[in-house]
Amino acid sequence: MDLSEHDPLIKIKNVHFSRGSKLIFDGVNMDIQRGKVTAIMGPSGTGKTTLLKLIGGQLRPSSGTIEVDGENVHRLRHKQLYQLRKKMGMLFQSGALLTDISVFGNVAFPLREHTKLPESMIRHLVLMKLQAVGLRGARDLMPAELSGGMARRVALARAIALDPMMIMYDEPFTGQDPISMGVLVRLIRLLNDVLGLSSIIVSHDVQETCAIADYVYLVSNGKVVEHGSPKQLADSDSQWSQQFMQGMADGPVPFHYAAKGYAKDLLGLEA
Amino acid sequence: MLNYFQQLGVTSLGIFERLGRSSLFFVNILLSIPGVIVRPRLLIAQIYSVGVLSFSLILISGLFVGMVIALQGFYTLSDFGAEGMLGVMVAASLVRELGPVVSALLFAGRAGSALTAEIGLMKTTEQLSGMEMMAVDPIARIVTPRFLAGLISMPLLATVFSAIGILGGYFIGVGLLGIDEGGYWSQMQAKIDFNQDIINGLIKSVIFGWLVTWIAVFEGYDAIPTSEGVSRATTRTVVHSAFVILLVDFILTALMFGDI
Ligand SMILES: Nc1ncnc2c1ncn2[C@@H]1O[C@H](COP(=O)(O)OP(=O)(O)OP(=O)(O)O)[C@@H](O)[C@H]1O
Ligand SMILES: [Mg+2]
Repeated sequence: MDLSEHDPLIKIKNVHFSRGSKLIFDGVNMDIQRGKVTAIMGPSGTGKTTLLKLIGGQLRPSSGTIEVDGENVHRLRHKQLYQLRKKMGMLFQSGALLTDISVFGNVAFPLREHTKLPESMIRHLVLMKLQAVGLRGARDLMPAELSGGMARRVALARAIALDPMMIMYDEPFTGQDPISMGVLVRLIRLLNDVLGLSSIIVSHDVQETCAIADYVYLVSNGKVVEHGSPKQLADSDSQWSQQFMQGMADGPVPFHYAAKGYAKDLLGLEA
Repeated sequence: MLNYFQQLGVTSLGIFERLGRSSLFFVNILLSIPGVIVRPRLLIAQIYSVGVLSFSLILISGLFVGMVIALQGFYTLSDFGAEGMLGVMVAASLVRELGPVVSALLFAGRAGSALTAEIGLMKTTEQLSGMEMMAVDPIARIVTPRFLAGLISMPLLATVFSAIGILGGYFIGVGLLGIDEGGYWSQMQAKIDFNQDIINGLIKSVIFGWLVTWIAVFEGYDAIPTSEGVSRATTRTVVHSAFVILLVDFILTALMFGDI
């Protein structure tokens, strides 16, 4: 297959998805470009994590298609899907480290599972990845001994262990102090450019994310409401982007989870 | 009234759905067995944590159960002047029934509940999801080694249980109650049949091991990923296992020993 440089890595076409009776995506369209850092932003609970799980093939849309690297994720057979996932790194919001093995073991895990590299080589690779996230000294700690921010950085080291073609970051910045935040922001950009990755960042941290993103999608209420480069969004006079970029509670993006009237609720009346 | 039937329908649909899902889950386990066999390291680690750690519990329980059978049996048998048959009685009850059944019940409480809690918590903390995204199949990596370990450990544990129980019976019968030592062993050798008793007992324990570990790993894998969900799943493992062991034991006993 001849995929040109300009062919998007991920094509999301008209995806619908619901959880029970709750509609989460109502026709989402996105193109994620190769070699770029693409940010997906939106209020909490709009389904950003869900979108990443759809891309990774862990959830199935009720309609619409998702193509990754020219393959329809939800049409693949089990084996092919697992083959594709080796090329996708994902950083979970919770870190999702294996709690019964050490930091070193966690980063070595994908290498040991998928390669036949000798132990000395694995040691080298693991230490390199840990060095990149500043946690080489923590290699013998168990995941329970890490702080939330440290756990996320270990998870990042693990996500890049297999040198994937893309990485999906779910809220990489939450729980980082200003220093590790700065390091992490630069690291994500650096990994993207040096390793020729494509990156997707899901985040609320507008400033940090916009500083490194090439392209931004704003998602709300199950739809993409705005997209463009960070500069375009900042300059845009659409209410969506103004509200989100400046972090105001009032505007078209609802801050509240759908509920009945506040006064009625407090008084215990039926809506 | 209509509501009642509706509820009944919903409940039984739920049960069938779970049965269906657990069967599918079992098929997935079967499919991943070859991959686990070629890399036995994981399996050995699990045999250790599933089997070896249940060992002392089985040892102590087996000893006491054997001693109790000998005490109780002696008083009944001595009424008929048949104390010499004590060895046969202890061995037969253990090998046919109590060995497989009691060790499976203990196993469900000791290892089954731990398996469910472990797998359920891995699901809750997204470790299983994380593995999937690292292209590692959690069934092959986590579930199947544990399942096989249970399957292998159970007959071994049941055998140990029976053996130590027979020894316990010997301490009580010969040591405490003073029956003839030669009689204890020779009657046992003469009356316990290899196929009829020992093989059937082993078949039972293999089946119990299969059922208990299947229930345990399925409950963990299927648990609602919250702390409450995992705690419920763990309880279900113990309760369902106990129920299934006793029910299946009845059926197997009827099939194996029903005609004698
Ligand atoms: N397992 C689940 N079962 C039912 N509903 C769920 C489940 N997981 C998520 N949801 C619902 O799906 C919606 C989207 O959840 P998701 O985790 O994708 O949000 P998010 O955009 O990542 O939020 P955040 O920024 O807070 O992480 C939420 O409204 C949530 O209530
Ligand atoms: Mg999320």
